[in-house]
Amino acid sequence: MQEPAAATFGLCRRFGDVEALRSVDLEIERGEVYGFLGPNGAGKSTLIRIMCTLLVPSSGSAEVLGFDVVGDRHDVRLRIGVALQDVALDPKQTGNELLRLQGSLYGLSRSEIDQRIAEIRGLIDLGDALDRQISTYSGGMKRRLDLAAALVHNPEMLFLDEPTSGLDPISRLKVWNEIRRLNSEYGMTIFLTTQYLDEADELADRVGIIHQGSIVAEGTPEELKRSVGTDVVVVRLSNTSAATPDDLGRLPGVLSVERAGDEVQVAALDGAAVVGPIAVSFSERDVAVRDITLRTASLDDVFFDVTGARLESADSADILEEDRT
Amino acid sequence: MTPRAATIKAREGGFWHDLSAIAGRALRAIPRERESVIPALLIPVFWLLVSVGALETIAGSTYPGLDFRGFQLPVAVVFAVTGVSRAPELVLDIQNGYFDRLTITPVRRSSLLLGMMMADLALVIVLTIPVLIIGWFVGVGFATGFGGVIVFLALAGLWGLAFTGFLYAIALKTADPAAVTAGLLLFFPFAFLTTTFLPQDALSGWIATAAEYNPMTYLLAALRSLILEGWAWDTLAVGFGAVATIGAVSLSLAVLALRSRLRPR
Repeated sequence: MQEPAAATFGLCRRFGDVEALRSVDLEIERGEVYGFLGPNGAGKSTLIRIMCTLLVPSSGSAEVLGFDVVGDRHDVRLRIGVALQDVALDPKQTGNELLRLQGSLYGLSRSEIDQRIAEIRGLIDLGDALDRQISTYSGGMKRRLDLAAALVHNPEMLFLDEPTSGLDPISRLKVWNEIRRLNSEYGMTIFLTTQYLDEADELADRVGIIHQGSIVAEGTPEELKRSVGTDVVVVRLSNTSAATPDDLGRLPGVLSVERAGDEVQVAALDGAAVVGPIAVSFSERDVAVRDITLRTASLDDVFFDVTGARLESADSADILEEDRT
Repeated sequence: MTPRAATIKAREGGFWHDLSAIAGRALRAIPRERESVIPALLIPVFWLLVSVGALETIAGSTYPGLDFRGFQLPVAVVFAVTGVSRAPELVLDIQNGYFDRLTITPVRRSSLLLGMMMADLALVIVLTIPVLIIGWFVGVGFATGFGGVIVFLALAGLWGLAFTGFLYAIALKTADPAAVTAGLLLFFPFAFLTTTFLPQDALSGWIATAAEYNPMTYLLAALRSLILEGWAWDTLAVGFGAVATIGAVSLSLAVLALRSRLRPR
C-alpha cells in the first residue's frame, strides 16, 4: 500500500496557555484533495504552518511525503508548494520577476521557469499586468499570483490556506477550477483549509472538520452529510420563545431535531414525507410558523451536529491562532 | 499541454545560485526606490560643500599645508555609504509575509542575508563614485593614483557593509521599521567622536580618548592616506583591520538574529 502524502500523529501545539491543536491525527492520501474545514481560530492555519515547516509541534509529529516536518525540513520544502492565508508578495517586484525569483530559488533553470510560467499563465490570467509592479494589482490579482508562486516549481503537494478568502466570485471560480485541474490532470495532492462550506463541498474528496483544535469529524462530504440525515426540514418560528413540539423526534423517519434560535432543524431520511406531519405537529400546539423549507443536508449541518454551533456564526474569537502566529 | 510533472522538479540551486538570485532581486529594487537613494547622494555633497566652505580658511591658517578638501572628502564618502541598507525592506518582507515565503523555499539561509548585503555593497560603491567625481572637480586628487581610487572604493564599500550588519541585526530581531531607523543613531558616535573635523593630534580631552578607541578614526586615516600621503601600508592595514573588526561584530549579530528569526517556533 502506498504511504500517505501527509500524516499527523497526536499533533499538539500550544501558544502559551492556549491549545491551538489537540492531539490531531490525520492521514491524507496521495492524489486527493483534502479539505480542512473550520471557523476562524479553530486551528487550521496552525496545522498548515506546521506541515509547511514554519512552526514546530509542541508534541506529536507530522510527515509530508514521507519526510518529518521537523527533522527533514529541507526535504519537505523541496516538494511542497504553499499559499498562506495572507498573500505573501513583494509589492516592488513585477509579477514576472516574482515568479522567476521563486523558480530560481527552487533551482529551476531559465528555460524551465519559462516553461512553468507558460503552463500556469492560464491561472495567473494577468495578461500584460504580469510585467507591472505587484503594488498596482487588485486583491484578486494578488491572490492568483500568490497561488501561481506556490506552483511555479511544480510541487508534489500543495498546501492552500483559505485560498479564496477575499476573492470576488469570478476569481473564486477560477481558483476552484485550477485546483480541480491540478488534481485531476496532474494528480497533485492538495491540502486546503477553508471556512467556506461550499468550497469544501465542491473541491474536497475528503473533509476534516476541526473545532477548537480537535478533529471532530472526517469523511467524504457525502459520508458526512449522510451521517446527519439525507434531508433537513427547517422550520422558522414566528416567536423565538415558542417551544419545540416534543413529539417531533418520534415522527416516523425523523433522525434528529435541533433547535437554534427561531429555527428548528429536523433531519430525516425522506424530508418530503415528514414535512406534512411536522407542520401538523406545530399547528396542533398552536406554535406559529413563519415558513418551512426542505433541503438536503449540508456540511454546516454536519458541523452543527458535531459541535453544536453553526459554522457561519461560530465564535471567531475562540482561539485566533492566526493572530498569534 | 506539456506534462509538467514528468519534466520539471525542484532541486537545490546551491549557495552562489541562491546568493545571486537574492542579490538580483535587491538590485532590481534599487532604481525603484529613488527616494532612498537620492538623499544618500545629496547629504555627502552638502556636507563636503558646507564643511569646506565654513572651515577651510580656519583649517588652512591653523594647519598650514593641510589639503582640507582632501581631508574632508573621506568624511563625505563615509556619510554617503553609512546606513545604505536593505534592512528597512527586510522589515517589510517580514511584516507582509514574503520572508516566510522565501524561507519555505529550499534557499540557503545565509543567502537571504548575504544576497541583500551584496546589493548594498554594490550600491555603496556606486554612491561613492559621484562623490569622488565632485571631489575631483573641487581639486581633490589621489596621491596613490587610480590604484588608490580602487582601494578607496573597496575600503569605503567594506565599511558600508560592516555598518549595515547592525541594521540587519535590528531588522531581523525586531521586524520594526522604527527600530531600524533608530539603529542609524549608531552612526553618530562613530562619525563625530573621531577626526571628522580635525587631525587626531589636534584633539584633546575625552574626545581624543574616544577617537583613539573609535574604529572610524582608523578608517578615515586610511582613506585620507590614499588621497593625501601615498601608499601608507601600515595605515591602510590598520584601517582595513578596524573595518574588519566592526564587520565581525555586526555580521555576527546579524547572523545570530537571522538564526533566531528562522528557527521554527
